[in-house]
Amino acid sequence: MDQNNVIIQIEHLSKIYENYLVLNDINLSIKKGEFVTLLGPSGCGKTTLLRLLAGFIAPDAGNIMMEGNNLANIPPYKRQLNTVFQRYALFPHLDVYDNIAFGLKLNKMPEHEIEKRVSKVLKMVSMTDYEDRDVNSLSGGQQQRVAIARAIVNQPKVLLLDEPLAALDLKMRKDMQIELKEMHRKLGITFIYVTHDQEEALTLSDTIVVMNKGVIQQIGTPTDIYNEPCNSFVADFIGESNILNGRMIADCKVECMGHEFNCVDEGFGENVPVDVVIRPEDIYIMNKIEGAQFTGIVKSCTFKGVHYEMFVDTDSHNELMVQDYNAFEVGSTVGLFIKPFDIQVMKKERTCNTFEGVMTSEKTVEFCHGEFYCADTDWAAGTRVKVEINFDKVDLRDDRDEGTLVGEVSFILYKGNHYHITITTDDNDNFYVDTNDIWDKWDMVGIRIQPEDIHLTKLTADNE
Amino acid sequence: MKRFFAQFYLWLLLIMLYAPILIIAIFSFTESKVLGNWSGFSTQLYSSLFSGGVNGSMVRAIENTMLIAITAAVLSTALGTIAAIGIFNLHGRKKNTINFLNNIPMLNPDIITGISLFILFVALGISQGYITVIIAHITFCTPYVVLSIIPKLQQMNANTYEAALDLGATPWQALRKVIIPEIRPGIISGLMLAFTLSIDDFAVTLFTKGNEGLETLSTYIYADARKGGLTPELRSLSTIIFIVVLVLLIIINIRSKRNKPIKKIRCTNDLRS
Repeated sequence: MDQNNVIIQIEHLSKIYENYLVLNDINLSIKKGEFVTLLGPSGCGKTTLLRLLAGFIAPDAGNIMMEGNNLANIPPYKRQLNTVFQRYALFPHLDVYDNIAFGLKLNKMPEHEIEKRVSKVLKMVSMTDYEDRDVNSLSGGQQQRVAIARAIVNQPKVLLLDEPLAALDLKMRKDMQIELKEMHRKLGITFIYVTHDQEEALTLSDTIVVMNKGVIQQIGTPTDIYNEPCNSFVADFIGESNILNGRMIADCKVECMGHEFNCVDEGFGENVPVDVVIRPEDIYIMNKIEGAQFTGIVKSCTFKGVHYEMFVDTDSHNELMVQDYNAFEVGSTVGLFIKPFDIQVMKKERTCNTFEGVMTSEKTVEFCHGEFYCADTDWAAGTRVKVEINFDKVDLRDDRDEGTLVGEVSFILYKGNHYHITITTDDNDNFYVDTNDIWDKWDMVGIRIQPEDIHLTKLTADNE
Repeated sequence: MKRFFAQFYLWLLLIMLYAPILIIAIFSFTESKVLGNWSGFSTQLYSSLFSGGVNGSMVRAIENTMLIAITAAVLSTALGTIAAIGIFNLHGRKKNTINFLNNIPMLNPDIITGISLFILFVALGISQGYITVIIAHITFCTPYVVLSIIPKLQQMNANTYEAALDLGATPWQALRKVIIPEIRPGIISGLMLAFTLSIDDFAVTLFTKGNEGLETLSTYIYADARKGGLTPELRSLSTIIFIVVLVLLIIINIRSKRNKPIKKIRCTNDLRS
């Protein structure tokens, strides 16, 4: 990337709140005039990152550079960026004009210049003639327009927007999206936009930064992120998708749902387990069986406005979501077909749970702050071991007292014929579990593991 | 029938509560020396109150009361505003502790506050007079000011202060131009509350006024009553004080009522938009 074109450079940025790593080693560069969206579920750290940029909080590690200058010791009121807040944060004791003129008056700008600038931005947000209105008398959408006007009137180099449309209703949100995009084009300044709404991100952005649990998952254009998600989190978070277990047989050949498919991915190696992502609109569904790659039975069919959304039970008993303009009768057998370039293959992030543990006796091992029985070994207490547990061997219990460890369901991924669940313990260790049981996010569960399912390998200096 | 009894009970209660004041107010319009004797309508007690017909010590007591009330109200409002903003920005256990400490003086009986301040001033060797009374009044007024401002801070949008900084205001400018104007209704309520509390106080004043002859209205009336019989002019004075306090209370109430509906409208607006 051309260094001169970079306006903001974030290097190894970390932030800790009450012993919890909210942002973990964030690296990001933002180009001049770019519309960048920080996208992720609530609690992923996107708002914290924005607040660090604005200077309301200080990082625990790392730097933010703006046009080559380190922002570390620059207070928010001296930074050349302005923020549009989620709940507007207008000053209720001032009218529309004085709200917008607030920053300019602080800068001791001559009154006639202020008037000119204020009426210009009011025109831009289509709020001309609202100068003398009390901000409390405005609707949410109008307040948001004033908030945007108040920020851009100072002609910042970067505009930070913290879920600015979250409080508006759907119709208004759509209109404002178009207006924001137009405003970005006209102003030509950098927009950094925070949202949890993937559709909003896809609509508005030049670049999307997908975040989860304080870590950047993927950076890319909306098309990149949508068509080539780099992991199952991104695939699940952006749009609807079918995420399935698969196996790369050879380059451009993947086995999935008991069938072999041609794909366009290479370089994974042979016989490597992978995750396969197929968008529901990329699956061709037809009444005839001949010519289809595989078949299925339609389980449900819902009208969604433009298309029908169907769940199809395939011949290998995987459930697939399929979207099509035509409705297919529930209970009928259909033929299904997927084109090679519509199959997105992702490297598996892990194939089993792996922890580091310590033997506490010959048949007990401690890992993740819990002590488990394991098969008899002849290793003395204190021996350091690598612990491996298959996804389907972790036993989850409703009654948390029945478990050796207690955790919270933090992420659920449906993989066609089973759920792949992430359980986060109190000490922030993650257990990954394959199960057919249905759990809800934030359920508290007890974790049990049978002794024979705990595979141990001695850790020595060489294999560490 | 049930309704009738409910009404009757309510009125009986109100009459019991307000009868003493009403009696004083009614008898302030007659010249009789003894309360309870009606010797014809007259505004004599009012005119003598204002024309200096009463002795000079009572006029001085009124002046002292006003001087102390105004000084104590202004200072405790300033102190309370700063404290409220400070407390509001604390978190967790610290915040709870300070809030708790702020509430103790309000629950503490006046007599205890009075005695403990008296002992403190004696121990520190401070000669008692105006200054000690004002310090004492600030002590018990400030917590009320804090309590009338904190809700205003809580109602404020959480990002207001940050928005001001973001637009180029230094922390001091943000406080002056944004925070203070936003919590102004709370500050004014606190000021009026402190003022009435100070005028009203007897116990604390008695213990901190020293023996140099400083009297406020309440201590003057107390001393006067003990000397034998109330000066008739006190009836007109009590009536005036009652009306002033009543008006202040009504203003405070109207202000707090006026602030609430605005909030409600704002909420429905949000839902609709």
